[in-house]
Amino acid sequence: MWEQIRSNRNKSIILVIGMGLLLFVLGYFLGLLFLDNATGGLIIALIIWVIMSLTAYFQGDSILLSISKARKISREDHPRLYNVVEEMKIASGLEKMPDIYIIDDPALNAFATGRDIKHASVAITSGLLQKLNRDELQGVIAHEISHIKNRDVLLMSMCSVLLGTIVILSWYASRIMLFGGTGRSRRDRSSGGGGAQLIIMLIAIVLMIFAPIFAKLIYFAISRKREYLADASGALYTRYPEGLASALEKISSSEIQVQAANNATAPMYIDNPFRKKGAAQNLSSTHPPTAERIRILRSMSGASYVDYNQAYKNIHNTHSIIPETALTASSGAIPLRSAQSEKEGELDEKKQARETSDVLWRLNEYKTVDCGCGVRLRVPPGYRGTEIKCPRCGSINQLK
Amino acid sequence: MLAVWIIIGIVVILAIVFVSTYNGLVGKRNQVKNAWSQIDVQLKRRHDLIPNLVETAKGYMHHERETLEAVTKARNIAQAASSGGVGARAQAESELTSALSRLLVVVERYPDLKANQNFLSLQEELTATENRISFSRQFYNDSVLHYNNKIQMFPSNVVANMTGFKTSEFFEVTAPAEREAPKVSFQ
Repeated sequence: MWEQIRSNRNKSIILVIGMGLLLFVLGYFLGLLFLDNATGGLIIALIIWVIMSLTAYFQGDSILLSISKARKISREDHPRLYNVVEEMKIASGLEKMPDIYIIDDPALNAFATGRDIKHASVAITSGLLQKLNRDELQGVIAHEISHIKNRDVLLMSMCSVLLGTIVILSWYASRIMLFGGTGRSRRDRSSGGGGAQLIIMLIAIVLMIFAPIFAKLIYFAISRKREYLADASGALYTRYPEGLASALEKISSSEIQVQAANNATAPMYIDNPFRKKGAAQNLSSTHPPTAERIRILRSMSGASYVDYNQAYKNIHNTHSIIPETALTASSGAIPLRSAQSEKEGELDEKKQARETSDVLWRLNEYKTVDCGCGVRLRVPPGYRGTEIKCPRCGSINQLK
Repeated sequence: MLAVWIIIGIVVILAIVFVSTYNGLVGKRNQVKNAWSQIDVQLKRRHDLIPNLVETAKGYMHHERETLEAVTKARNIAQAASSGGVGARAQAESELTSALSRLLVVVERYPDLKANQNFLSLQEELTATENRISFSRQFYNDSVLHYNNKIQMFPSNVVANMTGFKTSEFFEVTAPAEREAPKVSFQ
């Protein structure tokens, strides 16, 4: 388990360094172009990057959770969800129980966040919570816990900061160039420019256009790799790839987009929150195609990394997706288990919907009173009286 | 002179490899220990739950003294085995699991008991604990697998033999019928 993290880190770090280099080259040429000083450009790029990194590192999770209007829950709020997270925490060997959040959103999605395994959170939309049975929920949570365990969250947020810096720099530079002209070109008019300036300008323009695109492609490549790995780890933790596969099927058949998702937060989700379809989807997507992920999961003959890798290779006829070290470390057959849901006395969808909406009402500080006639009354937090009349039977209920 | 430097270089590299392999083994051994203590916590939790469960069930199940006694007995044996080795413990615990599952099958015949709030919450807690036991056992066995692989595979086996690392025992449930946690249903 540790080898796999380490080896992944090595490969991903090379890609991250590539992005970093891209940022510095961009800063260098923009500096030459606008400030007549390459160091100046580098320093500006560095300052933007450092500020954004620090924000992302220390505030990233709380920003993300507050943008998505996530509410933290405890064991009493939703015992089923809490138990599933706790089981997956145990199965993955995480040291600390992650915080659990529910997002009040009918869309079907989930994400994990937090800079390290001690500050981790899992969030799930209320829509998804209602739709999934226990095995499917377990699959989704296992996938999210894998992101935490494999340290994907930190890696991806650092990547998105690099990407963001490159995009911001190029955007402002191109605006300044279009509307303000460069410092150099103004001076050039009086002193007479040389061929070197022209070349610098050309390189800067090319970089402005292509650096964001390249950075995005690298970013997407890293993100997709992490998704496959999280699927593989998820299958290993649950011993039941079908759970995740069937959850993904439900998620992908839904047409509702996550309201609070944007480009920056997209890779955090279990499935691409944007449902656009197009030819270039493979290259320009943070997630591998869902149909393919499902196919791989369904064709696994065991629960180990080796089995996932084999299933991946059967579908792609190419290289491995799981790092070599992880494969050798986990040699030994790991059998799949059978479905667990019946054992738990499956709640039907209606009950699950009620269970989830109860949590949401409570989190919004509504009080719930069950009237004798069977009506459930929701009392808003601003209500001042101590008793409330039931609209159906007219009896007076005491508020606790 | 050059040969001396080459030899020194090789020795230094070997030392680095040795130390890092050794540290890796220690890390794996600690993970196994940590995983074991996770199982331990959950098994103890189960031992604590059972007397309450049996006590509550006794009031309703007048004709099932044997089943109840079997659970209590299995629980006491399992608790006594707590200080023993992995194999003995796994054996005792799997017997407890099967005694429990027999009890929970019988419970279905007592609707009054199934309506008892106290019993219901105990049963729910027990199911959650059973799940946690099976996942902590899974993590323990995964950790043991990695640790044992490291000890037996070249080149880390050389270091392991020199420094006296021993393979750990899997926590295995013996009979195939007992692999599954007792069938408990929430109502």
